[in-house]
Amino acid sequence: MPPDAPRTETPPHAALPLVSHARNPGLPLDMDWLRTARVNRPAAERRCASLTACRPVTGVHRVAWLLRAVGLIDLTTLSGDDTPGRVHRLCAKARQPVRADLLDALEVDGLSTAAVCVYHEMIAPALAALRGSGIPVAAVSTGFPAGLSPMATRLAEIEASVAAGAAEIDIVISRRHVLLGDWAALYDEVAAFRAACGPAHLKTILATGELGTLTNVARASLVCMMAGADFIKTSTGKEPVNATLPVGLTMLRAIRAYHAATGQRVGFKPAGGISTAKEALVWLALIKKELGDRWLSPDLFRFGASSLLGDIERQIEQHVTGAPSAAWRHPMG
Amino acid sequence: MSVSELMQTMDYGPAPESPAEALDWLAGHGNRFGLFIAGRFTEPRAGVEARNPATGEGLAMLTAATPGEVEDAVAAARQAQPKWAGLGGAGRARHLRALARLIRQRARLIAVLETLDSGQPIRESREMGVALAERLFHHHAGLAQLLEQDLPGEVPLGVCGLILPSTLPFVMLASMAAPALAAGNTIVLKPAERTSLGALLFADLARVAGLPRGVVNVVTGGAAVGEAMVAHPGIDGVGFAGSAGVGRAIRAATAGSGKALGLHLSAKPPVIVFEDADLDAAVEGAVEAMCSRGPAGGAGARLILQEGIAGDFLARLKARMAGLRLGGPLDKCTDIGALIDEGQRDHVAALVAEGAAEGDLFQPDGALPERGAFHPPTLVSGLAPASRLMQAEVFGPVLVSTTFRTPTEAVQMANDARHGQVASVWSETITLALDVAAGLAAGVVRVNGANLVDAAGVGGLDGLTAYLRPEGRGKRLKPPAPPRQGDPLARAERLWIGGRRVPPSGGQARAIHGPRGQVIGHVGLATREDVHAAVAAARKAQPGWATQGAQARAQVLCTIAEALSARAGEVADLLRTMTGGPGAKAEVAQSVERLFTWAGRAGTQAGEIRPGPTRGTALAMAVPLGVIGALCPDEAPLLGLVSVLAPAIAMGNACVLVPSEPCPLAAAAFCEVLEASDLPGGVVNLLTGAHAALAEPLAAHMDVDAVWSFSSADLSAGIERAAAGDLKRSWVNHGRARDWWGAEGEDRAFLRAATDVRTILIPWGA
Repeated sequence: MPPDAPRTETPPHAALPLVSHARNPGLPLDMDWLRTARVNRPAAERRCASLTACRPVTGVHRVAWLLRAVGLIDLTTLSGDDTPGRVHRLCAKARQPVRADLLDALEVDGLSTAAVCVYHEMIAPALAALRGSGIPVAAVSTGFPAGLSPMATRLAEIEASVAAGAAEIDIVISRRHVLLGDWAALYDEVAAFRAACGPAHLKTILATGELGTLTNVARASLVCMMAGADFIKTSTGKEPVNATLPVGLTMLRAIRAYHAATGQRVGFKPAGGISTAKEALVWLALIKKELGDRWLSPDLFRFGASSLLGDIERQIEQHVTGAPSAAWRHPMG
Repeated sequence: MSVSELMQTMDYGPAPESPAEALDWLAGHGNRFGLFIAGRFTEPRAGVEARNPATGEGLAMLTAATPGEVEDAVAAARQAQPKWAGLGGAGRARHLRALARLIRQRARLIAVLETLDSGQPIRESREMGVALAERLFHHHAGLAQLLEQDLPGEVPLGVCGLILPSTLPFVMLASMAAPALAAGNTIVLKPAERTSLGALLFADLARVAGLPRGVVNVVTGGAAVGEAMVAHPGIDGVGFAGSAGVGRAIRAATAGSGKALGLHLSAKPPVIVFEDADLDAAVEGAVEAMCSRGPAGGAGARLILQEGIAGDFLARLKARMAGLRLGGPLDKCTDIGALIDEGQRDHVAALVAEGAAEGDLFQPDGALPERGAFHPPTLVSGLAPASRLMQAEVFGPVLVSTTFRTPTEAVQMANDARHGQVASVWSETITLALDVAAGLAAGVVRVNGANLVDAAGVGGLDGLTAYLRPEGRGKRLKPPAPPRQGDPLARAERLWIGGRRVPPSGGQARAIHGPRGQVIGHVGLATREDVHAAVAAARKAQPGWATQGAQARAQVLCTIAEALSARAGEVADLLRTMTGGPGAKAEVAQSVERLFTWAGRAGTQAGEIRPGPTRGTALAMAVPLGVIGALCPDEAPLLGLVSVLAPAIAMGNACVLVPSEPCPLAAAAFCEVLEASDLPGGVVNLLTGAHAALAEPLAAHMDVDAVWSFSSADLSAGIERAAAGDLKRSWVNHGRARDWWGAEGEDRAFLRAATDVRTILIPWGA
């Protein structure tokens, strides 16, 4: 299917992406803007340290924040040994991320994760398992995680995943374009991916652990947004360094600058290494402080995480019962 | 609210710190405090009530010290001092470490008490206040441990009176008490009347930590108590943090007393932002400066923005300010708490109202708490440097901004408050950032960091030397005999100004007599007008001289030494004629060596590197003061002149020197030496004349950056009083001799006196 062709049919049983705002149409590549984007790492680290130093929320507020965090998770499995059974289990967890008795005790209902994120081959089992839930399936694509397969293959992979029913596509950018400062090449690449996505939402993974400097992270973020990304995402989870707070701060500030300049809201997804409830709260506070409450919604923010949910479940049970919880008390995903 | 509702609102919820521990401590003292003298609290009397400015509730009743009680406190400190000094650096270090540990253990109590008393947010009390105070005591314990090795021949001042500001009281207490105690002084603390509880708690901690009785004493009360301390003859050193106005008054009051003075004066710190800065980071720095109370009691900041990005920067700043949380200071999430009291809040509001008429006022929406001394976060942009609000001290969360075109302009704007403690410069270009940082007249300059003080900035051996003095005192100098009339028609030696010999503007001259009463020559008598001309010449020459580089200056000093050496016989003959003494040849030889010594120092002493922020460094740069005016010693007419001149110019200053009053012909001969050297005109200016007539014009001249006096005339008090006018640095001998022939004639005191230490904090990271 040509990338720009209007889609004549929606894939069977696919949930639509969670949208309540216009998609980012992108901009022509603005090199002048890129050149002025600079990030001072010590200052970024200082800002992040001040966030982690103070515990922002406690008690019932903390529980509310954690439950909100559950609704923002892209529950993920990206392993070579994934099977339909494993994906089925994960999807069941996405539908019922927190034990029903705990939710009842808190008088909360209708909680699910934001999406399920899998490799292309697992889209079909995921769709089947999520049927009727309204939970979209996201697929990693374009030769994830290295992104070094032929361009035609990468485009075809996107089209295949969209055709298979993925509502969201997580692509990886070519890190070499950033490292070589070839912003035009990066722009063209992401624009082509966006075109290939059609109605599916495009999340661009910057693999920030491989970009060397925060200034590179800021510039790559801007280029991806100019090329029409719906989300910018930190990492594949496979790099040695994944979602760190300074990287997140840098990307959030790029999103804020893009919004100020164009009025377009672009989403943010930190992924990899976020595994505790405490970290999740710090991330939420960072979003709230830098971008505002509007971004604390699944259409603009996701956690890419596999083990975060388990810790949140234990924290919630501890709040309900007053006693520290254990992993075995919560169904596995 | 239900969990479901909270999931929608995503409010932070309250995160109050419990005041219980602090209230218990107050209750344990019956909510009434006496003074802390000789290790005991005196019987409390009703004086001023300590109030919580966020709620208006009373916290405790404080006693106002009487003059007799100040006397008692000083006496207790005096009695304890020899034993405390006798413990040695290592012994005192043990006590300081114990205090640091205790501060850590009681961190919550200290922070909560400070927040209750001052209205500052608990987060700041903990992070900026208590954590830093603990670091300062540890840091100075380390310095005390090494004191005898690192600063041999230095002894404590004796009893130090420390006068604290009303804002950031605990950390300012630590930043003055820690070095004073480390150096071997005992202290009498006088906290600000409005925020005294921290000092009283510190006294309690000192007792628990086992500090000997009388080492720490606390007297509370109003300005009269501070004045009594400043005037007290038993106080050997005065430390003061607060406004420039009070600092000036203290300097005038202590002039001539021989009291050592350490002033930490508040000035609104500049934040310079260049177009190539990380603007979001700079916005955060500005907000930090706004929320945090200045190190010396000031607050807020002056934003000096490059014109092209000012609009963008201010838009981002306003958005950020809208997210600040103002409210109960005990809430861990509060960014902006209450001001010290309602009076101060009204004062700030009045200043802001005045400034708003000259610029654009921005205050984010949001209601203030109904009670308490709260003031909203405020930005007044578009001001000119001349606006009053641009300079006025504002003890509240108020930022002001103006714009600049070039780096030179930015530095000029930043430097119009000379006694600045801190400044920051934001640029991602290292060449630009360091160039600007080196030009800012502030004790601590942060490159790409907020206006904050830490141990790296306030500590170090230099900080300690303010609480030390050289061992032993020189013998009293005999004032010179009054000059006798000479022949009005005789040819007089001229003054040397701007590299040229000029006749004195008044046309007056005096005869110089040899040891047997014979007339051996005439010299011109400089006047006030000649001082002005010489200062102008020095000012003009100084920047070029300073930027020549240390190596080049060292070479010039060598050429002076060589030129003097070449004329050694001639100059020695002249000295012999003037003084009749046998040491003339030796004096010339020693003068040559002294010039070589300072040539060596010029090329090697540029400051030091200190451990800096976690990843980065702190450069403690020794920078020239500018123009130094000095009265040279009357004894050793050549060696004394050279000993003063050499350090001044070696470190990059220009100077205006008044040579020995009875033997000024040595200076006339030295002019020829300077003419034969490579010294640029104006770097050294020589004004012969009466010390008594020239001291005041030099000391009061606002374009002179420091004034020194080694005169044997009784001028020290007058010089210190005159220098207080613009708070210039002064270094006077109080009529005591210095051994110009030995190490004392070239020791590090000259290096310190000829330079300012400017600490540039440079964090790094890709």
